[in-house]
Amino acid sequence: MSSLATIGGPVGLPHFLVLAGILFAIAVAGIFLNRKNVILILMCIELMLLAVNFNFVAFSRWLGDLDGQVFVFFILTVAAAESAIGLAILVVLFRERKSINVENLDTMRG
Amino acid sequence: MEKIYLAILLAPLFASIVAGLFGKWVGRAGAHTVTILGVAVSFALSVYVFNHHVLQGQPAFDGAVYTWLETDGLTLEIGFLVDQLTVLMMLVVTFVSLMVHVYTIGYMHDDDGYQRFFSYISLFTFSMLLLVMSNNFLQLFVGWELVGLVSYLLIGFWYKRPTAIFANMKAFLVNRVGDFGFILGIAGVYYFTDSLRYSDAFAAAPAIADVYFHLFSTNTTENALTIICVGLFIGAMGKSAQVPLHVWLPDSMEGPTPISALIHAATMVTAGIFMVARMSPMFEYSETTLTFILVIGATTALFMGFLGLVNNDIKRVVAYSTLSQLGYMTVALGASAYAAGVFHLMTHAFFKALLFLAAGSVIIAMHHEQDMRRMGGLRKYLPITYWTCLIGALALIGFPGFSGFFSKDGLIEAVAESTIPGAGYALFAVMAGVFVTALYTFRMVFMTFHGKERMDEHTREHLHESPWVVTLPLVLLAIPSIFIGWFTIGPVLFGDYFRDVIFVLPQHDVLAKLGEQWHGPAAFVLHGVQAPVFWLAAAGVATAWFLYLKRPDIPDAIQARTRGLNRLLENKYYFDWFNENYLAAGARAFGRIFWKGGDRMLIDGALVDGSARVVGWLAGVIRHVQSGYLYHYAFAMIIGLAALLAYLLVRT
Amino acid sequence: MLITILFYTFAAVLVGAALGVVLSRNTVHSALFLVLAFFTSAALWLLLEAEFLGIVLVLVYVGAVMVLFLFVVMMLDINVAQLREGLTRYAPLGALVALMVIVQIVYVTWVRRLGLTADMAFPSAEPLRGTQGSNTEALGALLYDDYVLPFQLAAVVLLVAIVAAIVLTMRSRPGLKQQDVAKQVAVRKEDRVRLVKLPAEKGP
Repeated sequence: MSSLATIGGPVGLPHFLVLAGILFAIAVAGIFLNRKNVILILMCIELMLLAVNFNFVAFSRWLGDLDGQVFVFFILTVAAAESAIGLAILVVLFRERKSINVENLDTMRG
Repeated sequence: MEKIYLAILLAPLFASIVAGLFGKWVGRAGAHTVTILGVAVSFALSVYVFNHHVLQGQPAFDGAVYTWLETDGLTLEIGFLVDQLTVLMMLVVTFVSLMVHVYTIGYMHDDDGYQRFFSYISLFTFSMLLLVMSNNFLQLFVGWELVGLVSYLLIGFWYKRPTAIFANMKAFLVNRVGDFGFILGIAGVYYFTDSLRYSDAFAAAPAIADVYFHLFSTNTTENALTIICVGLFIGAMGKSAQVPLHVWLPDSMEGPTPISALIHAATMVTAGIFMVARMSPMFEYSETTLTFILVIGATTALFMGFLGLVNNDIKRVVAYSTLSQLGYMTVALGASAYAAGVFHLMTHAFFKALLFLAAGSVIIAMHHEQDMRRMGGLRKYLPITYWTCLIGALALIGFPGFSGFFSKDGLIEAVAESTIPGAGYALFAVMAGVFVTALYTFRMVFMTFHGKERMDEHTREHLHESPWVVTLPLVLLAIPSIFIGWFTIGPVLFGDYFRDVIFVLPQHDVLAKLGEQWHGPAAFVLHGVQAPVFWLAAAGVATAWFLYLKRPDIPDAIQARTRGLNRLLENKYYFDWFNENYLAAGARAFGRIFWKGGDRMLIDGALVDGSARVVGWLAGVIRHVQSGYLYHYAFAMIIGLAALLAYLLVRT
Repeated sequence: MLITILFYTFAAVLVGAALGVVLSRNTVHSALFLVLAFFTSAALWLLLEAEFLGIVLVLVYVGAVMVLFLFVVMMLDINVAQLREGLTRYAPLGALVALMVIVQIVYVTWVRRLGLTADMAFPSAEPLRGTQGSNTEALGALLYDDYVLPFQLAAVVLLVAIVAAIVLTMRSRPGLKQQDVAKQVAVRKEDRVRLVKLPAEKGP
């Protein structure tokens, strides 16, 4: 387990990857825990995207290639669009149902 | 020359298209003008080609004019093989076709489908020319199927009659059986020679004759050439109406009479004869096939003649006579006297077309009454028809000096010389056939033109000779019916007309043996008068005279005495009965099994509906997975991610 | 060394903020924790010398998206208590899944180092800088040169999102007189015209 020695050494790629992984795992757990609150689910999705962006930025740095950062740029754009539309839908939904409880949203049930 | 061949071929096609697609536009007169012109051009050019190849002795033409496609060694071409045999057929086809075109103006005068009819018969002329001028098996097959198609269309020309539709279906289906054998034969040719050209197949024939292979089981070996030739001949049996594939021909009389004359007597039905003669270099090497041909032909010649004795429909009598004569030609082929077969084909084309057109003329006069029991004594009302018909009848029975005499007598003597197995039976059949032919032919002549007038008063008042467009072809056909035998027997049968075209092995060459005693047509006639064949024919005529003119009560008495035999004949040896109750019903039963079991149960039930039901069931199960809750999906997603990572970890 | 300290500090704050997002009782608090998470992420990206993206994250996410979130959260009258039902019930499952993923990722990237070279340290950041030594300049050059078409498409995506958001949330006031073109086109004679037959007037 010599590789674990890097924990005290200079910060490298694995540090960021693990951090992104933890972030992603927390976000996933958040979706389970807050299974009724749509807003929180949206926030958890933002966290997941953030974790992914971390990976892109870290690899971009490690490989010395800017393309990763360009990708992050686009992901940010799409994420912004997504949250805007998601929140709009949420508003409409609340107007219709007076609630944002996910349990009530099973119209698509098979 | 290729351009001339193409013109011969395409002129009738062009006329057919004009008459068929623009029939409304060109009108009745336009339709018959353009088609007659087209066929006349063909005929005139055929005469030119005859002059070029035969009289001036130019070598035969064998070549492709158009390559359709070439793929992996298989070359499909449109090509012409024009030699003495082809030229002869071209002349016969175009001449008879021209006569029939002219005759049709009169016969179809009142019909609504006038333009359609002319379009069809022109199309037929094109198809038949395509067939005879071909230099490869593919084109032969195309022509073969085209004439079958036109025959189908024309038998069912009066498509409002259920009997006509039944007859054309029958003709088509029976011909399918023959065509299946034919295409197997062609496939065999291609399999063994890698080529569809005649010349390659002929060159390879002696080699194939030594090839044996397992076809039906590993215990038996079959000769490759015999398989090929039998296959080809089965095709000929369908087209040339040999037993047992003859059943369609009598029924085809549902079609208009000009068609019966052109297609079902003079030309199309002889396609099989022509084909076998064309393929003589192949058939020669397969003695088994020759015996097969001989027996089939002899059976057809004799037993179909019997049927002519009991029929009362004037056209059907002529139709059975056609069957019988086709049997004669086939016998000649089987005896390796190909030239005799083709010679009989040619003379028969003239006098049989003549007989049919004469019968048609009678039918016109009788207002489309075809039953001979309601005729009689028509001689004084229809003099031209009577005389031409009598010429045709005399030619048919082989009266010395008439064309039929030369061909039939030569044919019978050739069979007498033959040593192929089955020749004895064939000789007996053709000799007996002579008597039968004379009997039914003159039964028809006497019942129609002589004796008491049995028609009703109304019909009798309107009896008059047919218009000139009807009688002119009769006269024009009567001339070759009398004379053509006299002038052509020498070169065709015993001369070198077919020297390079028809190939006969020396041990089979019966015509050469006859040729040794050949001293010109006059001597042949003189010899014929003394031969038993002539006396058999004379006896037939005498019997007919006695039974149907002198003592018309005797036939009924004979019928009453021989009820069983009579029933057998009236039911045409139960061929139709057998076909309908066993072959067709069996095929339908098979079809029902496949329909119910294969189609309904397996394909519809198990595959189509079954797969849909399985999908429906599966969806019913799977839809419970679709809870509609986002976190379920997220959970599934994350489990998938974890599993994927675990897989990566385990694998590496 | 400084960088190491900074990394661990920010990483700890980030993980804490993420946990706060997930676990806090109040949605407004969650949103604010998310803002914190974005801020620390931006700081960590600065450590990775992705300065432009770090700034953009703060400006766009914190400045725009999170404000939007807060607006919505505060605008809607949400029964928080009801939405938090079952949190404790599913906590073990969520923790288990999260733990599983974390263990796997750590195992892959840290212990086994699949697909990574032995040298895990970051190389010089020189290639990430433009001629002026600026990350922004280099990124801009790339974006407006190689990626100009995707960039345009991203703009279109944003435009569509704007339109969609407006369309979704637009509410017409009741009683507002509006033209319905489809209805006008679909109208038929029978709906508008009524033929009345009147008896002819009798003369005096």
